[in-house]
Amino acid sequence: MEAASKTASFRSPLKQERKRFGDDFFKYFTMGIASLVLVIIVLVVYQLVTSSSLSIAKFGLGFITSSTWDPVAETFGALPMIWGTVISSMLGLVIALPLSLGVAIFLAELAPLFMKSWMITTFSFLVELLAAIPSIVYGLWGMFVLAPWLQTTIQPWLIAHFGAIFLFKGLPYGIGMMPAAIILSIMMIPIITSISRDVINMVPYTLKEGALALGATRWEAIMMVLGTARSGVLGAVILGMGRALGETMAVTLVIGNTPQISTSIMQPATTMASVLANEFTEATSDLYISSLIEVGLILFIITIVVNVAARLLVWQASKNLVTQSR
Amino acid sequence: MKKLAILALIALSCTGAMAQQLNAAGATFPYVIYSKWFDQYKQKTGVAINYQSIGSGGGIKQVTEGTVDFGASDGPMNDTMMKVFHDKQGTEIVHIPTVMGAVVLTYNVPGVNQSIKLAPDIIPDIYLGVITKWNDPRLAAINPGVNLPDMPIIVVHRSDGSGTTYIFTDYFCKVSGFWKDKVGKGNSVNWPTGIGAKGNEGVAGQVKQLSGSIGYVELAYAIQNNLYYADVKNKSGNYVKASLESVTADAADMAKDIPNDLRASITDGPGANDYPICSMTWLLVPKEIKDATKAKQLVGFLEWVYSDGEQYAAGLNYAPLPAAVVKLCKEKIAMITSNGKSVMKMR
Repeated sequence: MEAASKTASFRSPLKQERKRFGDDFFKYFTMGIASLVLVIIVLVVYQLVTSSSLSIAKFGLGFITSSTWDPVAETFGALPMIWGTVISSMLGLVIALPLSLGVAIFLAELAPLFMKSWMITTFSFLVELLAAIPSIVYGLWGMFVLAPWLQTTIQPWLIAHFGAIFLFKGLPYGIGMMPAAIILSIMMIPIITSISRDVINMVPYTLKEGALALGATRWEAIMMVLGTARSGVLGAVILGMGRALGETMAVTLVIGNTPQISTSIMQPATTMASVLANEFTEATSDLYISSLIEVGLILFIITIVVNVAARLLVWQASKNLVTQSR
Repeated sequence: MKKLAILALIALSCTGAMAQQLNAAGATFPYVIYSKWFDQYKQKTGVAINYQSIGSGGGIKQVTEGTVDFGASDGPMNDTMMKVFHDKQGTEIVHIPTVMGAVVLTYNVPGVNQSIKLAPDIIPDIYLGVITKWNDPRLAAINPGVNLPDMPIIVVHRSDGSGTTYIFTDYFCKVSGFWKDKVGKGNSVNWPTGIGAKGNEGVAGQVKQLSGSIGYVELAYAIQNNLYYADVKNKSGNYVKASLESVTADAADMAKDIPNDLRASITDGPGANDYPICSMTWLLVPKEIKDATKAKQLVGFLEWVYSDGEQYAAGLNYAPLPAAVVKLCKEKIAMITSNGKSVMKMR
């Protein structure tokens, strides 16, 4: 009977072999919708590549290595944008990582010891609420609250005491790489925290019990748990970075929009997403538009690669942890 | 059933004729006054005009593609763009100026609560990064009695492409040969120094937040935000405060040199009371409009603008066109044809 049902269709003459027409239709219908998603991605890539063909032909690889963005002379180079995007995301990560890991460890390991479960749930809900705030609200807060505060308090102090170090050279603009990195870190915290917490919770309890029974301190046990969950946490981190790479409005309002490469976090910079948001509507010449679309293509590729890597890591980590617990 | 169907058809055809509206798109700078005009004109005649303020670049692009009936732009179309329009639409594009605006320099200097003076040799040098401190001797020389502090000048410019930038850099090209060679003019340029902010609101907001900064905005935004803005020395040597009168005076003095197609740059006017950094904003209208009804409605609107519309300009902080230029605009409207016949004569 089972062998027969594999080849059976709703047209089969044998009544016991006939599947319902609805089953087949449902299968192909949902398959079609699922493949629609793939088709959309392929179409997006196709459109990006064809629309940027003009600037790819003119600038070639020089587009990624040149730092000049001159719309009047029609010379475009995206290196400052790529630099700004990657550096602002990585700086945001440097700030967000210890904070998120701290919150995740607290929620997963320490809080259950002395907090009621409804308090833990509320707390984690509030952390995830950070992800619900629209990014333009973050941008406005950054421009009107964070940047002036940095300009009057933190930045003058840093310049006065550490101004000689290359990291802090420059004037206290307020806006620039520093507030952009801070805002991106706030936006990354909920993502990294929630995924890390889930991965830490998936570490089999027996491992931690064993460590504690053998005389490990609480800190050592937690470090061991974190070590086991490390690939999942890494995946969470990369996912968070994936969000930061594509962040547009929050960054555009505070980063200063200057196509320059600088090692100082006091200086203004630019990112790929913000140059698109700023210049796309007024770009009139074909080469200008094509260069902007090429920037979009580069951003698309970077974001896809980062997100795919992150997903693979998280998937791999959860697979390992599940097999370990058997 | 049959009755209902006939009634429905009649109703549909009626609404079809009355709901005809004109579509337009373009510059954000004149959006406020255009909205007022479209609203007033609709109350008067029932003709609805739908305007999308997507930016001057968008306006030029859409009118070239033919998706809108007319466009609006702060910067005139250059010869290449006009040729592309001619190739795509088979007719010429007509530039008709409507109102004028000025670009003013606002600043935020602690301790300075008055208007400072700036001159055409100093402003480009600030934006080139040559003059870097507020108490630079050249600034102090033209501002006696003003307590300029020893602070670095933080230059703010537009990060997005804009007609405001076009006007500002056009003025720079006229007064500074070095700027003309090194940077040029355009909606978006490669700024030698400074930070970029998005929109007039962004620059105004940034200047308000950062002490020691200087930025350029439209006159209307400076007035609305209560910002201090500088008096600029004009070609005849007088320091003029930007106002609707000084802007109109500048246009009137430059009017005699306006070329036939009205694509004039009116910056750096020669008169005694001219404010030098001004510009007109244009409507981009195809010369030949095939749809006669649309053509009549459009020309009707344009005639109304120069007879009744200009009175609203001053109240909204736009400078109205001087009489000499209005005369030229009316001549341009007379040129618009539909199927070869002058539309003005049809009305």
